[in-house]
Amino acid sequence: MTDVRIITANEAAALGAMLSRVQVVAAYPITPQTPVTEDLAAMVERGDLKAEYLTVESEHSAMASVIAASQVGARVFTATSANGLLYMHENLHWAAGSRVPVVMGCVNRGVGAPWTILNDQQDSIAQRDTGWIQLYCRNSQEVLDSIIQAYRIAEQVRIPIMVCYDGFVLSHMSTPVEIPPQDKVDEFLPDLVPGIEISENGFMNLNPLILSDPRSDAEGVIQPGYMDLRYRLQNDLLASLETIGDADKEFESVIGRGWGGLIWEYKMDDAEHVLISMGSLASECTLAADSMREQGLRTGVVGVRAYRPFPADALAQALARAQTAIVFEKDISYGYRGALASDLKAALYDADMRPKVSSFVAGLGGRDVRPEQLAESAVNAITSEPTHKWIDASG
Amino acid sequence: MAEKDEKVIVAWSKPAPGEAGRTGDWRSQTPVIDHDKCPQKDYCLYCWLYCPDAVISRDFPLEIDLEYCKGCGVCAEECPRKAITMVDGRDPG
Repeated sequence: MTDVRIITANEAAALGAMLSRVQVVAAYPITPQTPVTEDLAAMVERGDLKAEYLTVESEHSAMASVIAASQVGARVFTATSANGLLYMHENLHWAAGSRVPVVMGCVNRGVGAPWTILNDQQDSIAQRDTGWIQLYCRNSQEVLDSIIQAYRIAEQVRIPIMVCYDGFVLSHMSTPVEIPPQDKVDEFLPDLVPGIEISENGFMNLNPLILSDPRSDAEGVIQPGYMDLRYRLQNDLLASLETIGDADKEFESVIGRGWGGLIWEYKMDDAEHVLISMGSLASECTLAADSMREQGLRTGVVGVRAYRPFPADALAQALARAQTAIVFEKDISYGYRGALASDLKAALYDADMRPKVSSFVAGLGGRDVRPEQLAESAVNAITSEPTHKWIDASG
Repeated sequence: MAEKDEKVIVAWSKPAPGEAGRTGDWRSQTPVIDHDKCPQKDYCLYCWLYCPDAVISRDFPLEIDLEYCKGCGVCAEECPRKAITMVDGRDPG
């Protein structure tokens, strides 16, 4: 019988980690992520999850702990939000450089100052360049499924993954979520095959100071320099585009649900105008597209699920027939534009495509964004020159 | 010498003398031991204990491996008999 529960995205994230049989959880509570830590702590306390739960004193320590646990061969999980994620920043670089398959839930929240506990995606976008894979989810079911998928991807490519979902909009919203049976999850997600790790059989230095050039180690073997290791991270990240797509297809064949892999499309068959976004805002764009179609504008939606690595080719292919591309996003690269809009334009330029591209920053710090606002902004962008604006901000 | 292993994606090494290169090159001061002042007894060995690079022998008379000594001066600072002096330059003089 199908196990469907009415749960929040936070509960779905905790269940995703449990079904993935994580062995070490280290997390520090922060709104709106807190229920994830409460759920996992309760699962460990009840004995439902055979894992070590580390109550750490900060997010910096949480990330350090899961990196260390991963380096001795454990499957690990953590979650955070906003300023907690920023406090991890140093160790996010460290995790990617250490090539540990850490999976983290990032419950998107605006960044202080001034304090806000409400949603936007500035926190994870600010971690864009740390070398992590970033997946953005549109609902609680996708959160649960993506966490399970993330372990398979991360352990295959040895790159950490943050599974991002919008604070409160998803994290505290109860919706029906189907819980896949444990045996199906086990079939999809094989046991962790350790990479380079510290074991009782041999001493080793992990991440010692290395110099710029390749050099021979004490045994006379040439070892890569810093830049060579970083080049391999970049190449492996680019190659993970395929792994992310494959994992989603395999998930669909074993468990029966797919999420589009790198990107997903809505009413794109005949679309001349395309709304592009990430997370729950992308879901909302489908409502705006429907109302624009009622006005006679052939509109579709492309949701970006994998933001890093950036699916440049997949996006160019999806937008091949688009006359207008309109990006909506809950982040801003201060001093220029939204991060997604800039990346998309670069991808289209490389593909020698010149649709009219407009971009809108919306919903920062939890400001409500209504579908009619998205539709109105999109219609204005279609009927006038390309524009780059903020929705519903005064100043 | 072995070829570069393309599968290496993480910086790691086996703890061994010289695994970080010939760090003696870094030295701008060099420790010199006055063996007459050194008690030459196992109960002391402060220099051996404190040396961050483990380049001081446990056998007497003490020897310092100048191939890897970075010249930090911790041994001279910690020696209770003031038997170790730091002299300028990369050579013991």
